[in-house]
Amino acid sequence: MLIIKNLTKIYEGGVLALDNVNFSVEEGQFLAVIGLSGSGKSTLLRCINRLIDPTQGQVIWNGLDITAASHEELRRIRRRIGMVFQQFNLVYRSTVLTNVLAGRLGYVNPAWSLINRFPKSDLEKARQQLQRVGIADKAYQRADELSGGQQQRVGVARAMMQDPEMVLADEPVASLDPVLAHSIMQYLEQINKEDGVTVLCSLHFLDLVHRYADRVVALNEGRLVFEGLPAEIDDKKFKEIYGKDAERVG
Amino acid sequence: MDTKKKTSIIRSLGLGLAVLVAMVIYGYGFQVTKVNLDETRSPRRQEQLVRILRALAKPDIIEYEREEFEVNAPILVPCPAGELTAPEPDRSGPYMILTPQCAEPQTNIRVEGFNFEPRTGGPIIFIPPSEVKLQMGTIETDESGHFEVTVELPKRPSEEVQYVRVITRRNVGAPHFTQTAKDTWDKIIETVFLALLATTIGTALAVPISFFTARNLMKDVRSPLASISLSILAWPAGIAIGIQVSRLVGGLTAVLSDNLALNIGSLFAGLVVAWLPMRWALPQEEIQRPTISLRLARLAALFVASLAAILSLFLLSKLVIELGNVLAVRFQFVRFLGTFITDLGEILAILITLIAALVGGAALSNSAGRLGQLLNTRLPNLARVSLNLLFTALAGATLMALSGAGIDWLYQIDDLSKTLWWPAGIGAVLAFGAALLIKEADTVPIGLVIYYISRTILNALRAIEPLIMVIVFAVWVGIGPFAGVLALSLHTIAALAKLYSEQVESILPGPLEAVTATGANRLQTIIYAVIPQIVPPYISFTMYRWDINVRMSTIIGFAGGGGIGFLLQQNINLFNYRAASAQMIAIAIVVASMDYLSSVMREKVV
Repeated sequence: MLIIKNLTKIYEGGVLALDNVNFSVEEGQFLAVIGLSGSGKSTLLRCINRLIDPTQGQVIWNGLDITAASHEELRRIRRRIGMVFQQFNLVYRSTVLTNVLAGRLGYVNPAWSLINRFPKSDLEKARQQLQRVGIADKAYQRADELSGGQQQRVGVARAMMQDPEMVLADEPVASLDPVLAHSIMQYLEQINKEDGVTVLCSLHFLDLVHRYADRVVALNEGRLVFEGLPAEIDDKKFKEIYGKDAERVG
Repeated sequence: MDTKKKTSIIRSLGLGLAVLVAMVIYGYGFQVTKVNLDETRSPRRQEQLVRILRALAKPDIIEYEREEFEVNAPILVPCPAGELTAPEPDRSGPYMILTPQCAEPQTNIRVEGFNFEPRTGGPIIFIPPSEVKLQMGTIETDESGHFEVTVELPKRPSEEVQYVRVITRRNVGAPHFTQTAKDTWDKIIETVFLALLATTIGTALAVPISFFTARNLMKDVRSPLASISLSILAWPAGIAIGIQVSRLVGGLTAVLSDNLALNIGSLFAGLVVAWLPMRWALPQEEIQRPTISLRLARLAALFVASLAAILSLFLLSKLVIELGNVLAVRFQFVRFLGTFITDLGEILAILITLIAALVGGAALSNSAGRLGQLLNTRLPNLARVSLNLLFTALAGATLMALSGAGIDWLYQIDDLSKTLWWPAGIGAVLAFGAALLIKEADTVPIGLVIYYISRTILNALRAIEPLIMVIVFAVWVGIGPFAGVLALSLHTIAALAKLYSEQVESILPGPLEAVTATGANRLQTIIYAVIPQIVPPYISFTMYRWDINVRMSTIIGFAGGGGIGFLLQQNINLFNYRAASAQMIAIAIVVASMDYLSSVMREKVV
């Protein structure tokens, strides 16, 4: 159970990115976060694993206050939260395998990982994850030699290496074409349904929301403007979320 | 309309003023730099310029063996009474015809030469019976080997036949390199290797430093005041412990390294004792948080392992020194390799102490920092606040006392109250004040503090030219290439660390974010997200720096840093411009080819 309490983030320079956001996510849920660009979706997701430190408020996960965690505790929390990014965020000059193994860095002993030594079980696990996303044959290629869809699969495999209890996906398909978008979303769905991992996923397209999400929260200029089931988003709600002049596409 | 006119007037006034200011600036510049056009036109100066340019155009690189060659023609001084019949000269080789063939002393005769070496010269000499040489002048042959000269006969009347002799020199055999060329070659090799060593040392040290001077890596490093103060307190203690331990272990080494077999045996034993506890204490993966007692046991195991590691390294260094000595004595032809290996062993021994000190400091300060964090979260409020104040004050006192000790060492004040008590007291008060102002829960951006301090030091170092640094090093290690290596290395560290850190600052933030999100710690993030991104620019900058170092090392000899500059300066001071020319050509070739090579290699890498 993830509880977001009064979460506020004001960036240096006074930009209000999150304004007193409150909601909660049940374990095993697939939550979609929607809203215009700049509405605070990325900030919200990053506040959960504290890639960004919130200005005020609390993030409580399974009774643990993430916002108050010390440095060492935070590492132990982060390693159980996988993250998938819009720009994939792979290390492009490293091999696919190294990129996937990086998902284990929170578990392995720092001293050994410095000389690039991972336990055999991790290597085996990395191969399995690559198998799962269908790019086992690319393990020793450099990440920048892969196509966009393949790169995002590496991103998903890296997140899965963490044995996560929760996955934060920051617009994971916004840089991909519709066909690839569905294949990546299906991997996330699989993770959610088969492994019971909670997924928080920010999305642009409402058809993806309807197709994959159990619940939806919507942000507008940092404020939570909607919380409910995907089916509840009618034209009126849509205009509230995206503004009066918005037209529905897709 | 009106305003338009006004602005155009203002604009032309401004332009006129700008021209005036430029005139003043450049006029003053001409005066200060003593631009003197008359000098450049004076015939004396021009003659000197031509002389030096001609010397420079004839670099002293190739020479021939030269042989003296003489041609004689008989002459009677004065003319005998009877008829004179001169023998016909041998026209197969070089010969001379004198007209007339006899004459009174101190009269002029004409000498014509044929079949000589073309374009050569030499003295023309009168040889009386006593065989002394009386020079009458010099000759110079034209392209067909002919010359014609009028000389005055000396006052040496004699009954006997006397001779007119011309001595010319001619090149024999194949051309070969001059001594200058050989010296230049030796020194240019020295120069290139000087640059190579300086670049290697500089790069090795600049890489770790560059991470501390990268803003994007350092700006998020924040710690509570308590852990910072404890770390500051722990650093000196840790360094002292590290040095002591390595000294103790080093003493033990002296006993073990008497006997070769014992040395090798204990080296292996040491490695095993270092490896096994380390494997145990650093499990590859850990899901559960270890208990306190397990952690303490691991700490102890790691301590034992590091003792064993230090011992083995010392033994290794002794072994390497021994090996180098044997090589140097037994195999004369690879003597330099033997000496090099011995030096490596000695460097290793120095490094062990250094590393032990650093590891000791880092380990102790790391644990102290964690202790500080623990205190911050676990203790009741009052105890926490008072401990915080106490530690911060102590840390401030320590910092100021250390800087006081540094000042005392430099200026030899020898007054404890001025160099220890007062600074320590002021430091304590200042830190106490800071601790009162900063809430103990707040974090201090210690990363940015380190960033600014290291940046400032590097900027200051970079502002000092290696030509000036080398003067200090030449006093320390003596005039020669080693001083040059040290000076260039220092400058390379400062320059490369800046270039490198700018590369770190311009990496993609995405991978950094992604790796941080997996729960990796700072060091892991650097290894997995930063380093792969900066390898190509680092290599490129290193090549570029090598190029610069080659240039620098060609002139660092001017200030006592060895290399070809030393030779060049000597020859310029001796007005030996032909030799200097050879060295300038060598420098030009090396710099140009280095320039080309580095650009080709950089293109390949990036």
